[in-house]
This record gives sequence, structure tokens and C-alpha cells, in this order.
Amino acid sequence: MLKSSQFNTFRTALSIAIALILSFLVIFLVSDQPVEAIMRMITGPLSSKRLFANVIELMIPLIFTGVSVSIMFSANQINLGAEGSFHLGGLVAAVVGLMVPMSQGVHPIAAILLGGLTGAVFAAIPAILKIFTTASELVSSLMLNYIALFLGNYILSYYLRDTTAGALTSHLLPESVKLQSIVSGTNIHIGLFIALLTAVFGYLFLFKSKLGYMLRISGENEKFAKYSGMNIVTVILISQLLGGFIAGVGGSVQLLGMYRRFSWAALLGYGWDAIIVTTLSKKNPLFVPLAAFFLAYIRIGADIMSRSTDVSPEIVAITQGIIIILIVAEQFLSGYKHKLVAREARLQMETEGAE
Amino acid sequence: MADTILEMKNIVKIYSNGVVANDNISLSLKKGEIHALLGENGAGKSTLMKILFGIETPESGEIILNGKSVAIRNPLEAIKLGIGMVHQHFMLVPSFTIAENIILGVEPRKGIFTDMDKAEELSRRISDEYNFKLDVGEKVENLPVGIKQKVEILKALFRGAEILILDEPTAVLTPQETEELFIQLRRLKEKGHTIIFISHKLDEIKQICDRLTIMRNGKNMGTYETTDLTTKEISRLMVGRDVVTKFDKAALNLRETAVSIRKLEVWNTAGTKKVNGLDFDVKEGEIFGIAGVEGNGQSELAQVLAGLIENYKGEYRIFGETAKGLSIKDLRSKGMSYIPEDRMTYGIAENMDLLSNLFANQYDKEKYSGRIFLKKKPMEQAAKDLISQFLIKAGSFKTKVGMLSGGNIQKVVVAREFSDDPKVIIANQPTRGIDVGAAEFIRKKLLELRDKGCAVILISADLNEVMELSDRLAVMYKGEFSGVFKDVSALTEEELGRYMLGIEKDEGLEGIVYA
Repeated sequence: MLKSSQFNTFRTALSIAIALILSFLVIFLVSDQPVEAIMRMITGPLSSKRLFANVIELMIPLIFTGVSVSIMFSANQINLGAEGSFHLGGLVAAVVGLMVPMSQGVHPIAAILLGGLTGAVFAAIPAILKIFTTASELVSSLMLNYIALFLGNYILSYYLRDTTAGALTSHLLPESVKLQSIVSGTNIHIGLFIALLTAVFGYLFLFKSKLGYMLRISGENEKFAKYSGMNIVTVILISQLLGGFIAGVGGSVQLLGMYRRFSWAALLGYGWDAIIVTTLSKKNPLFVPLAAFFLAYIRIGADIMSRSTDVSPEIVAITQGIIIILIVAEQFLSGYKHKLVAREARLQMETEGAE
Repeated sequence: MADTILEMKNIVKIYSNGVVANDNISLSLKKGEIHALLGENGAGKSTLMKILFGIETPESGEIILNGKSVAIRNPLEAIKLGIGMVHQHFMLVPSFTIAENIILGVEPRKGIFTDMDKAEELSRRISDEYNFKLDVGEKVENLPVGIKQKVEILKALFRGAEILILDEPTAVLTPQETEELFIQLRRLKEKGHTIIFISHKLDEIKQICDRLTIMRNGKNMGTYETTDLTTKEISRLMVGRDVVTKFDKAALNLRETAVSIRKLEVWNTAGTKKVNGLDFDVKEGEIFGIAGVEGNGQSELAQVLAGLIENYKGEYRIFGETAKGLSIKDLRSKGMSYIPEDRMTYGIAENMDLLSNLFANQYDKEKYSGRIFLKKKPMEQAAKDLISQFLIKAGSFKTKVGMLSGGNIQKVVVAREFSDDPKVIIANQPTRGIDVGAAEFIRKKLLELRDKGCAVILISADLNEVMELSDRLAVMYKGEFSGVFKDVSALTEEELGRYMLGIEKDEGLEGIVYA
């Protein structure tokens, strides 16, 4: 039988399993070829190098926003600034790529760093609003995301637009700024390493550094942090600056690694997806790549399924929804947990009695 | 008289954090008796009563009421069965009148409306029947604690309670109010009610209870006739050893003035003035006790001293320097340490482990961290040392603090606050709600620190505690000091009680400041 210390892992795994089973049930209800659809979804991403590469490519931006949101949520800064920071990161990388010629080596570095800085400044706005006006960071960050989006559209339309192209899109990015592919025949680019390093950095920051310690204490109990002499204003600012920086870097990396032109006329949603990733990884950046991989895998799987069967890829939204509800619902399996704990307590009582 | 009204048999309750609160407990009540349930905090008394009142579900066990086995799944069922509970923290609606509170949930109706005249009449009738003499039209928020408690008792009686559970009813009362409560309880007993009286004040139990059941560590230590045991025997059964109630205090050795307060005025967030022109000094090497009924401005005073309230009038100096404009961190670096009264809100982060909780005030000291990173090894070693030095019962420093018992959580707070080289300690209700052993330990530590030259400001509603530890003792009443005593050993509880109730007031307050 299970130990109560392993309970959380078990609960997460079971949540995922239940969500998948329920999604499959839905597939059975709506599809004429349910078995094939499910098989395509599960094994599709493994069926070719290109398809598996798609999973890795999708995982990269999710790692960035996942780490970003893990840090901000750890400080109890529940907000969606990562979405806007990501978008602006991509925009600034495009601007630097198109308008500031540089040599091959420094061009992407400059573009990514500037993208990150922009993301940091952007995510700091809700923090500053909160500090000075106690405005809820959740609301202000959501609204600010629209400002980020339409600022991007404006710059794209008036400064970056390639008028010879049919759609609203920028000029071609120069080769000097693009991130190189590291696996031939795929789009997996060097950004994968940056993403993984970011996850490690996020872990070291949150769990090993002084600032991270402050952040987590404030996030768990702000009154306790204040009483202990910690500066809450610093905590709020740092978590937002750092979270925004990482999301901004993510946006830049995504643009430079995956796109030939900047054409983001809508928010891409990686900031929202990061909430799923963060929930699955329990705010630990070290687990973020795993969670991002899982999410990317079922998304690509669903895509493949929809291409060859009659099931639409939105089925994944059901899966995601159920997983989140089950993980967040405190009462789910709490009776079982109580039994585990009670059994261990009884065993301990008996062994103590025997001594 | 001798027939058994209620039996609880082999009750086992294990909480979700693994604490075995009730380990095979049996309890039997005779009709018309006052039965004491006593034990240290954390012994499982409250849990057992919550099971009886339907708030908690036991793992196993049986409840037999009037010879019939019953299942009590929620408080409504308990009330229907004639069981009433008066909680330690009153469950009253402050803006309602006494009558409205008494009939709440069982309102007499006229059409779809509550029949207020009838409500008042019913309330008055039951109040007179039990000789409580209440003005039922009065709003509860204006009532003193002793009266609120009477309302709680009436509320239970109105719902037909035959068995009345009183959870530490005297904890919030002055000695005078306690006397009055006892008169009322004896009257209830004469009318045939059965009362379960939870307490750990032995002299009160000797005074009023017929029989007593002692619990320790979730186990039943036996039921006795009150007259069969001496207080010493009871306390040994409760704690498992003899309890030190008298401490050997070293001679007073006063040094520098550490804290100096002049004309302090503080308002709470609702804008009510809670501290009204206090003056006092505290020197290194003494314990300055502040007694008083809770809610007379002690919390606000403590929060000003700890830097949590910055919006005050008057002067607060720490080692001669004004505290205005100093951050909590600045105050702490001057040696201020604070044991907050609400340890779950201010004292810990319950979802984090012991290690994280033990260093929140000192993690950035050189021994625990470099410029960027924490030093894992020294922190772990220090955590181990603190756990053993402060006798914290926990699996390891990785245990989540929320999993510990109240006494152990308080020891975590104390370990953290006392290990940061304190020079001024503000201890607000440092031993409230924790077991006798832990309380004794914390008191000893406070004395040790005093002898080492700490200035200790001890705010407590526990009269024994302030009288035993304080070198000087002031009584706070409605935001002011109503009295100050330089010779604490000559004081009696009754005398203190009069100052606590504001019956007596000392205008001169000689000795509150140092010349």
C-alpha cells in the first residue's frame, strides 16, 4: 500500500489518468472510429522524427512561461503578465532583428536580452500598481495584456510590415539573428538548452537563494514575512521583474527559433498554458520541463488525431480542464489520504506499544 | 441521580495530519453531575467534545445516550439529542440583541416574519427561569465577556440542552466573573442538567466538579471522585510528572533602559482608540508584565512595539533611539524579538517545513547565507540543534510546521525568536493554548533570557504566569494602566482582578517609568 508521503505524486498521476479516461469516453461518444483516434493521439507523436520534434518545439515556450509563472505564483503574485511579457519579448526581438544590424554572434543575444528586459518592465507594471494603489495584480495584468497585444499590432503595422507580403507580417528576419536548429530536419533549436537552463536557474533561485527564500515565505504567508522583517515591496517587485524577464526571453527565443517573420496579431496563449504547467509541476521549476513535455505531447497528439480522424483537437481542452480541477480540488481523495494517515498512525502506535 | 445519562465508548480519532487525538477513550456521565474533563492542551479533550457535539467524526467508537446507541453526524443532531456546547470563542452575532441571538435558528414566527415580541418574551422567560437576570433587548457587542458567556449558555438551554459542554469557560473570565459562573452552574445542576466542564485549572475543578476524567496524550488516565485526589495527584496524572509552579528567580540586575514609551496612543483599523496615553520604561534584565482581560489594548501595544503598527501617536524609543521610521528589520537588528499572540497568522508559514520557518528572521546573517545563496549545511545543523534544544517534537527539520501540535508550533516560534540574540523580547500570550510542559519550558527560557540581561515585556491573560514571572507588573484596562505593582509577590489574584475589571484604578502609577 501507499505511504502518505507519496500521496501527492499518486494524486497527480491519478488525476491525469482519470482525465485521459474521461476524454477517451468523450471520443467514444462522438467518433465513428474511436479506437483509431485514441491510438493516433497516444502514439502519433512517436510515429515520426518530425512529429516528435513538434512536441519538443512546443515544449520550449511552455518551459519559459512555466518557470516564469512558477516564480510569480510562489510569491503569491497570481497574475497573467507572462502572456504579455512573452508577446512583447517576441516583438522586441523582431525589432532588434530587423532594425539593428549586428554580427552573427551577438545579434540573437542582444535581441533576447532586450526582449527579456521589456518583459520584465511590462510585468513590473502590475506590481507597481499593486504597491501604490493595492490594485489587484490579476485584473491589471489581464488588462495590460491587451495593451501589449495592440502595441505590438501597431508597431507591426507601421514599422515592421512587409507591404509586399499578402498578410499582416513583418519583413523576413535576417539570418544573423535567428537561432540555429540543432537537429537536422527539425525546428528544434538552441533555445531548448536556454529553456532547460532557465528551469535549473529557476530552481536554484527559488529554493537555494536568499531572495527565493524570501519570495516563498512571503508567498506562503505575507504577514509572517512582514513580521520577520522582510520587505514585501521588494518581494513583489523582484518576483514580477524576474518572472517577466523569463517570459520575455521565452517570447524572443520562440520568435527567433521558430519564425521567419514576426506575424503575431493575437496573443499566443503560452502564458495561460503556463498555469497548467505550474499546477502540474507544483511550482517547482525543476519539474516544469516534465509538465511542459506532457502538455506538449497531448496537444501534438490531439493535432495528429484530428488530421487523420473525425475528432477535433479541442478534445485536449477537456483533458486539461479535468486535470486542473482534480489537482486543485483539495477534497479529491482527501478521504483516502485520511485513511493512509490513520493507518500509519495506528501502526506507529502499535510498534511503540510493543517496545 | 446515579443513573448514567451518556456513555462514550472506545473513541478513536486520528486527524489528517497523523495526530492521534483520541486513543481508545471512554467516558461515562451521571445525570445531574458536573464532570470535569481535564488534561493539558493537546491531550484530546476538545476533540472528544467535538465528537460528542458532531463536529468531528471518529474512526471508531460508540456513543450511548440514555441507554440507546446514537450516531451524531453534525451539531444539529447533537442539539436535537439535548447536547449543547459553549465554545471557548463565542458564537454570537455581535450586532444582534441577546434575544435575537438566543432564538437564532429556532425563531418563533408570525407568518413569514420573526415574531420579535414573542422572541423577547421567550428569552426573558428562560433567562428568569435560570435566574440569569439579563436585559434581553441589549445588543451583544456592548456586553462584557462574562455576560456574553451567559448568553451562550442560555442559547444552549433554549435549544433544550440536557447535557451542557463548557469548553474552558473560565479562560476569559476574571476571578469575580468566575465566581458568578459557578453559582449559575450549581443552579443548573440542581435543575437536573449534566455539565461537562473542560479546564486545566485545578483549583476551579476542585471547587465545582463532582467527578473528573483525566486525559493525557489522547489517552484516558481514569475517572475519579474529585474528593479522592489532591491537586498534586491530579497534576501528576495530567502531566505525567510533578510540575514546577514556582521558579527560582535570580536577584534582579537592572541595566540600561531598553524600551521607553511616552504618551502612546494607538487606534485600531476600525478607528477606535485602543491605547490611550501609555507611559512606561523597561530596563534590560527585568520582566515587565502586563496583565489584563484581552481586548484592552494589549494587542495594539504589542504590535507597535514590534513595528507592525506604524501609525501611532506618542514616543517609542528603543535603546534611546526613536523607533519612528524604523522598519521591522531595523528594530530586529537592534535586538527586538516578538512572540505574536496569533502564532498561526504571524508566527509561521504552516505549509513550509521547520527549516524554512526557523530562520525567517535571521537567514541573511553571515552564518546562514552568502551574498546570493543560503548556506544549506549550517542551516540544517542549526535547525537540528534548535529542535533538540527547544525540545520540538517533530520528525525532522523537513516536517511541515502545520503538522505539529500547538505547543510544538509555539516552540518553533520561540526557538526562532530566542536564537537571534534578542535584547528586547515582546512576548504576547506566549503560552496560551499550549500544554503545561511546553508552557513551563517557555517560561524558564524567558527567565533565562532575563538573567542574561534581556528586557522582557510579557503580555498575558494568564494571571499565574504574569504573577510568577514579572519583576514589575502593570494592569491594562481600556487602553490605560489601571495599576502598577513593584512587589508582585505581595499581590493576590483577587486584587489583580479588581484592577482588571476597572473597579480600582491607581492614578499615580508610581514606578511605571524610571527617573
